[in-house]
Amino acid sequence: MDSFEPVLTRNVGIPNSERIAVYLERGGYTALRQALHMPPQELIALVRASGLRGRGGAGFPAGVKWGFMPREPVTKYVCVNTDEGEPGTFKDRLLVEHDPHSIIEGTIIAAYAVGAHRAFVYIRGEFFLGVKRWIKAIDEAYAHGFLGKNILGSGFDLDLSVHRGAGAYICGEETALLNSLEGRRGEPRLKPPYPTQTGFWNQPTLVHNVETLANVPHIVNRGAAWYRTMGTEQSPGPKLFCVSGHVRRPGNYELPLGTPLRTILDQYAGGMRGDRPLKAVIPGGASTPMLMPDQIDIPMDFESLAAAGTMLGTGAIMVIEEGTCMVEVARRLIDFFAHESCGQCTPCRIGSLRLLETLTRIVRGQGQPGDLDRLEALCQGIAGHTLCPMGDAVVNPVLSSLRHFRHEYQDHIRYRQCKERGYG
Amino acid sequence: MGRQVIDPARQARLLTALYIAQEQKGYLTPEALERVARRLGLPLASVYGTTSFYTLFHTRPVGRYLLQVCRGLSCYLADGAERLVDYLQRKLGIQVGETTADGLFTLETVQCLASCGTAPAMRVNDELYENLTTAKVDLLIDELIERAEQWTALNRS
Repeated sequence: MDSFEPVLTRNVGIPNSERIAVYLERGGYTALRQALHMPPQELIALVRASGLRGRGGAGFPAGVKWGFMPREPVTKYVCVNTDEGEPGTFKDRLLVEHDPHSIIEGTIIAAYAVGAHRAFVYIRGEFFLGVKRWIKAIDEAYAHGFLGKNILGSGFDLDLSVHRGAGAYICGEETALLNSLEGRRGEPRLKPPYPTQTGFWNQPTLVHNVETLANVPHIVNRGAAWYRTMGTEQSPGPKLFCVSGHVRRPGNYELPLGTPLRTILDQYAGGMRGDRPLKAVIPGGASTPMLMPDQIDIPMDFESLAAAGTMLGTGAIMVIEEGTCMVEVARRLIDFFAHESCGQCTPCRIGSLRLLETLTRIVRGQGQPGDLDRLEALCQGIAGHTLCPMGDAVVNPVLSSLRHFRHEYQDHIRYRQCKERGYG
Repeated sequence: MGRQVIDPARQARLLTALYIAQEQKGYLTPEALERVARRLGLPLASVYGTTSFYTLFHTRPVGRYLLQVCRGLSCYLADGAERLVDYLQRKLGIQVGETTADGLFTLETVQCLASCGTAPAMRVNDELYENLTTAKVDLLIDELIERAEQWTALNRS
C-alpha cells in the first residue's frame, strides 16, 4: 500500500497548484488534446472500460451514464456537482480549492464525449474560496483556449460558468440541483425520467460529482488497463477517503478502492486519538449504517460495504471512540436530516421531525417505554415512501444505532440519564 | 392582470440576483424582493418561495458579522460544536439566533461545513475558520471588533 502513487491529489501541496501555469507544467490539459482527436464514441467506450464509478455516493458507472445521453445533436448540458454537504465529507472542497483545472479538463472531455456545448458548475454557497478558485480557473482556461469557441482548433465549442447554491443539502441530489440551477426551490424531481433524458431546462443533462470528473483526464492519459490496476474488479481506481472524528490525524487520504478500513484508520489516520478503544465507524457519510470494531478489516469498496449492509457513499469515514453516547450521535445525524429535508414528501418532512423529537427526549432523560417501538415504526413509515433517496438515508442512523446499541437507548429510558458519558 | 409568462433564462438568474440584492443591507428587505421579482419578471410569491428555501438568504436583519458554528457530527466528536457555542453565547451575551445590541454579531449554528477533518469549524460571513479553540475565538472576535471600529472611524473622517 505504501507504493501507491496519488492520482487525484498529485498536485495537492504543490505551491499555487490551483493556477493553470502549474497545472500545465505538471502535464495538465494533455488529456484534452488527446481526447479532442478521438471520436466521442471511443471516449465513452474508454470510460466504460475503465470501470469508473460515480464518486458522489451512488457509484453508478460513469461510462454507462455517458452512453445514456442521446447521440442526436439536440441541446445537451453537463453539470459539475460541487454541492458537497454530506456530513463527514470534505473531499470535493479539497479538489476544487487545490486542483480545479483537473476537474475542468475532465468536464471538457465529458462534454465533448456526449456532445454538450454548455456546462455549469453548481457549488455550495458556503464554499466561498471554492467559488473564487472556480471562477479564476475558468477564466484561465478561457484565456488559454481550453474553453470557448473552437477549442484547440478542434471545432468543438464549450462554455462553462459557475453558479452558487445558497445553503441546501438536498441540492446535491442531481434533480434538486437542476431545479436550483433553474432558479427554483431545490426540490428533487420524480425519476424516471433521469437527467440524461430530461435534465436542465428539460434537455439531456450529464451530472457528475467533482471527484468523478477529476478521474477522467487520467483515464484518457493512461488508459483503462492502467486505471484497473488500482482498486478491485467491480470498484476500480483511486478514491479520496475523508477521515474525521476520534482519530489522531483526521484528513483526506487518497488510496485505491478496496483498501481495508483498518489500514486507513491505523496507517494513515494514525489510529485512535487517545486511550479509548474504537466503538463504531460510520463508513461513508451520515446516511450510511455503522460498522462495529470487529468489522474493520472490510475492504473499502462498493461491493464489500454493500455486502456488510452498509454503503461506501462518499467515502466519508467518521470514527467514534468508546465513551461516546450513541443516542446523541443518532440525534445529531437526525438533526441534520430534519433540518435538510426539502419538505416535499410528508414522510420525510414530518417523520424526520418526529424522529428528532423522540431522540431528543431520550437523550434528555425523558424517554418513555414505548419510544423504541415508536422510532422503528416511524422509520418504517419513512423509508421507501419518498421521491428521493433522502427517505432511506434518514432512517439509517436510527436503525443502525438501535441495532448495535439498543441497550444504550434502553438505559437512557430506564435510568433517565446517559451512562456512557461517565466512561473512563 | 393576466398570468405572468416566465422566461426560464431570467428565472435561472434568481439565486444570483438574490445574492446581489442581499449585499445591500445584509438581508433581503420586502422591497428588495419586490425589485428582484420585477426585474426578473417573476411572481413575488415564487421569489419569496425560493428565498425561504435556502438558508443563506436572510429575510430578517443580521449583524455585521454572521457567526455560523458547525453543529455537524464531526465537529461534535471533536468536542467542538457545543463548547464553541456555549463560549460564544457567554462571550457575546446572546443566545443562538440573536444579534448583539450593537448590531455587530449574529450567532447561528449551521449544518456540516465540510471541515470535518479540521473540526471544529465556524464561518464568519464568507470566511471559514477551522481547528478552532476558545483562544482562537478570542483573537478572532477582538480582530473583528477592531476592524469594525476602524471602518467606522474611516467613514467619519
